[in-house]
Amino acid sequence: MLRLEKLVKTYKTGDQALKAVDIDIPEGQVLALIGPSGAGKSTLIRCINRLVEPTSGKVYLGDVELTELSSGALRRERRRMGMIFQEYALVERLTVMENVLSGRLGYVGFWRSFLRRFPQSDVDEAFRLLDRVGLAHMADKRADELSGGQRQRVGICRALIQDPALLLVDEPTASLDPKTSRQIMRLICELCKERGLAAIINIHDVALAQMFVQRVIGLRFGAVEFDGPPEGLTPDVLTTIYGEEDWEATIEKVDDDDAMAAE
Amino acid sequence: MNDAVFDVETKLGQPWKKPPFVQRAWLRWALLLGLIAYLIAAYMTIDVNWSRVYEGLERGKKFVLAFANPDFTTRSSDIWEGMLESILMTVASSVVGIIISIPVALGAARNVAPLPIYLICRGIIAISRALQEIIVAILLVAIFGFGPLAGFLTLSFATIGFLSKLLAEDIESMDKVQAEAIKASGARWTQWINYGVQPQVMPRLIGLSIYRIDINFRESAILGLVGAGGIGATLNTAFDRYEYDTAAAILLIIIVIVMALEYLSGVIRARVQ
Repeated sequence: MLRLEKLVKTYKTGDQALKAVDIDIPEGQVLALIGPSGAGKSTLIRCINRLVEPTSGKVYLGDVELTELSSGALRRERRRMGMIFQEYALVERLTVMENVLSGRLGYVGFWRSFLRRFPQSDVDEAFRLLDRVGLAHMADKRADELSGGQRQRVGICRALIQDPALLLVDEPTASLDPKTSRQIMRLICELCKERGLAAIINIHDVALAQMFVQRVIGLRFGAVEFDGPPEGLTPDVLTTIYGEEDWEATIEKVDDDDAMAAE
Repeated sequence: MNDAVFDVETKLGQPWKKPPFVQRAWLRWALLLGLIAYLIAAYMTIDVNWSRVYEGLERGKKFVLAFANPDFTTRSSDIWEGMLESILMTVASSVVGIIISIPVALGAARNVAPLPIYLICRGIIAISRALQEIIVAILLVAIFGFGPLAGFLTLSFATIGFLSKLLAEDIESMDKVQAEAIKASGARWTQWINYGVQPQVMPRLIGLSIYRIDINFRESAILGLVGAGGIGATLNTAFDRYEYDTAAAILLIIIVIVMALEYLSGVIRARVQ
């Protein structure tokens, strides 16, 4: 469904963020991307929807090759890739509803969006999604009035209203407390299951990733160091990804509803 | 943690001081002494004719005293006409200037516009800012003749330089991620500006616009001095005739209007935060 072939990103400063990464993700698979800060996780996700232009290599979404697309065709393909951001990235001075509807911008013309006259079906879908995440009553609030967890829920709605085939999720829990983090991760994974979406989730919290995903890829210095099921993350593997540390506490089996005692 | 060998013992018991801005001590002192010498030399070149000041004090006193009994009535029709012209110039030039400066500001923000457009728009701003209002007004009066048209064009031109520059700087310092999120949804450029950029810079745009209206009104009072219409022409005539009481009346009206605008801008800015 999504295939990366020899994806390379070299920044102008000469830093090689990605070194010929090959990844193949089947339909409906939720994948966690782990690795130390600066390993290229964020760059990898952004190279897929070309918020960052890859230096070389190919990205296939279904049958479409993304790296060669013209800007118009790229916009059409971006509609199929919903993105969820670290720190939510809601437009703070717009209302919750406007933020959710901004996920439809790829589908409606300029004047419709400028006058905020979205098709009724979009508005209905926005309310349905907001209701699904328990925020329908907040629709007319400004985004900066919401708490962190609420904002990330709105961010999820914005990504889903695009009707994507793939979710690109960049550190969804980085600024949330442990309980909210779990709730958000659970919500993302549930929604992916309901809708049969594939997802790439960048995440720092290894234990949290192990709880929710079917497959983990470990990135180190822009290269894939580990690719396998979450059970395969042994202390040795974590040491190759992150470096020497005592990993026993991290990979201890955590029951779903305990507080994150190990953290 | 274990970067360099750092012997903490040598630092203990020593007072700590913030490192100076200029590292080399001799350079620091040379700059300071140079500045003092320059200031002393500069002040020595100012030469004051004290007897002239003494004479002038008398006239100054008359001028100040005129504020005690300003004359609104004798030339009321002139004042009224000039004021109306000034307000008209202010509103018209502010509206035109703001409308033109928004696209120029977008073009002059490096994170929104491609390089060629950026250079053109920065050029427009540089020209507008380099030419002082009075000079532009003198030129435009020479072209269009005396009257408010020259003043209107001058103020519009000045507004573009002012507003575009400050707005472009605000666009450049906006939160990149919010804009990125809109781009990632497949929005086209215009939608991206409308959803990702505009909400972020709107408070600044409104605040700057009101501030500029304020400036335009005050400038419109000055431009009359070079024949570009408005209340300034009336004020100039009053000074020429030594009618300080009428001049005082005009100045008082200007002060009241500027203060009212100031108050209004405070109220509006508080509401758009």
